[in-house]
Amino acid sequence: MKHLLSTHDLSVDDIVGILDVADHMAEINTRTVPKVPALRGKTIASVFFEDSTRTRLSFETAAKRLSADVMTFMASSSSLNKGESLRDTIETLSAMGIDALVIRHKSSGIPQTITQWTDASVINAGDGWHQHPTQGLLDAYTVTREYGTKDSLQGRSIAIVGDIKHSRVARSNIDIFRRLGAHVVVVAPPALLPGNIESWGVEVRPTIDDVVADVDVLYMLRMQLERMDSAIVPKLPEYCATYSLTPERAARMGSGAILMHPGPINRGVELIVDPADVPGSRILTQVKNGVNVRMAVLFSLLGSGATSTLQQGAES
Amino acid sequence: MSASIVIRGATVVNPDSVAVADVLIVDGIIAAVGGTHDADIVLDGSGCFVSSGFVDLHTHLREPGKEEAETIESGSRAAALGGYTAVVAMPNTDPAQDNVETVRFVRAQGIAAGLCEVVPSGCITIGRLGKQMAPYARLAEEGVTFFTDDGTGVQDSHLMQRALMLGKQLGVTMAQHCEVASLTKGAVMHDGECCSSMGVPGWPSAAEEQMVRRDIELVRATGAKMHFLHLSTAGSVELVRAAKADGLPITAEVTPHHLALQDELLRGFDPVFKVNPPLRTAQDIEALKVGIADGTIDAVATDHAPHAGHTKEQPLDDAPPGMLGLETALGVLNTAVAVDAQQIASLMSWAPARIAELTERHGRPIAVGEPANIAVWDTTTVWTVSRDDLSSKSRNTPYHGMELRGRVRHTIFNGELVVRDGKALK
Repeated sequence: MKHLLSTHDLSVDDIVGILDVADHMAEINTRTVPKVPALRGKTIASVFFEDSTRTRLSFETAAKRLSADVMTFMASSSSLNKGESLRDTIETLSAMGIDALVIRHKSSGIPQTITQWTDASVINAGDGWHQHPTQGLLDAYTVTREYGTKDSLQGRSIAIVGDIKHSRVARSNIDIFRRLGAHVVVVAPPALLPGNIESWGVEVRPTIDDVVADVDVLYMLRMQLERMDSAIVPKLPEYCATYSLTPERAARMGSGAILMHPGPINRGVELIVDPADVPGSRILTQVKNGVNVRMAVLFSLLGSGATSTLQQGAES
Repeated sequence: MSASIVIRGATVVNPDSVAVADVLIVDGIIAAVGGTHDADIVLDGSGCFVSSGFVDLHTHLREPGKEEAETIESGSRAAALGGYTAVVAMPNTDPAQDNVETVRFVRAQGIAAGLCEVVPSGCITIGRLGKQMAPYARLAEEGVTFFTDDGTGVQDSHLMQRALMLGKQLGVTMAQHCEVASLTKGAVMHDGECCSSMGVPGWPSAAEEQMVRRDIELVRATGAKMHFLHLSTAGSVELVRAAKADGLPITAEVTPHHLALQDELLRGFDPVFKVNPPLRTAQDIEALKVGIADGTIDAVATDHAPHAGHTKEQPLDDAPPGMLGLETALGVLNTAVAVDAQQIASLMSWAPARIAELTERHGRPIAVGEPANIAVWDTTTVWTVSRDDLSSKSRNTPYHGMELRGRVRHTIFNGELVVRDGKALK
């Protein structure tokens, strides 16, 4: 595997394999010096055309813990502002000698498009509404490790609540959750369900009250506030009445059920409850697992040799 | 005096007959059909059909305004290579063809190129902005018979109704690009299963069908002639079929790409497959083919839309829609749809010539005394499209690497041989 563009590029064996490697990375991350030389001499460019805090830092942390050199490209301070084309930008970065390009872009499909302009591995860190494969992987890691079922989500029910239509997280997560055997339910206002949702293999329920007490995982998506102004959804209070997680609803969650969110949270919108007050909240666990899983992805794409090489510390 | 030409061994395609006969052209006029003749130029027509030259109702030549993508000369050359002897130049130039000067300029550039007749269309509204009617009478005096805001539909129903009333009075045709803009904001591709999983904004079939439905009712109310550009959905075909059954003066075209290519092709996010209206589904393609077979669809028109290379090297949502079509139209139609030679000649020459009111010079029978605007083509040559071999200034063909069956061999425009053995002579 050279690139990671979409979860659809991964077989179930690939997914399980990456999650297994992530376990090794988790162990490394518990060490006093959480660093191994696995990617020493490799250069990874993180190229973000869209704002991001956690994904960019998570990738850069992951790369550094594997001893790769990291080059950070910020679209806001780049020659893009002088009219340089995307193609020229990518070719210029590639000419500096990079092994991987971690890319985020507002347009669906850009990671795939740029593979024709670079020899480096391309890792999709979120493209438009299309895909966010490492989010899907880290969320699958979080759920499987929560329930101790390493290679399967058989028998688990997962509800994803919010703006499904415009969500790359939903597209990646639904694909991985379903292929690992979970039953996926989506809850969204009709205008925020994608067209042809019936082809997605998910159950559709109209309100969060229909699912909150019954599912193992309650996965809340970020509601983009700008959508409230358009003809897409009604006013905020009306949205919250049907789709937000309130303290009352959180109290109805099953005893072993967990709460997840890809961040950043809109407090007072999708989460009216303080997640710190929800015992099942795994929102910070997701962030922590993100580093493990992104280390696993970088190692799987760029590393050579078996995971046993990870046993060496950086000093050796 | 142009050189005399004889086409030997080809099958002559006319509305009432299909038969092998040599065709002799002297001084721009067909001098003989049948018999044995000598001429200055002897063309091999064996294995070919000879028909009136093709007429494209829908060509974007980009000049004036976007000469880096195409010029009237380069587009005319592509047209001649595709067997066309006349093309209707779409008015979305810069400046737009909403004024006499621009229309004259486009026509003059076509004459200067001398490869086919370039027929300027006019805008329905000034600047294609949908606000103010263009000066139809002035443009009609200049010979404009075909008006459209192609690229956008006329959203204002009241304005469209008045345009049709004026069009009727002047005897010209209003041609609609059917798209309700409020339903297609930011749209990139057909709003179907593929679009849903790719996470891009969709262009629903309803956005086309709603305007087709509206315009049919406006035609019913005004009695004016109307042409529907590039219909793409099964529902549109159904609506037009019913409107024609009611006897309304409506005509319709379909593009080769909507007959041959599906939305699935966009899975790789390649903007070369982005077009407006978008590629649709297998069911839509089937319905368009039925529409061709039963006469609901009158014409095949290319919507040839050149774009300079760098403009298609953008994200799918920023890249402009459109694809090349002139040089591949015959091959695509013949490969994708089961049509015989008379159907091809009707869809690509006779019907479009009538719709654009060019029947004095184009779409006429191959008969003694007729003007020599002629295409010689076959339906059997298998060839592989290469974007680098096309003569258009742009490279945005969706057929690169694809095998097509059927090719244009010779084109004669105004009695002059402009394409011989698939090569442009000027």
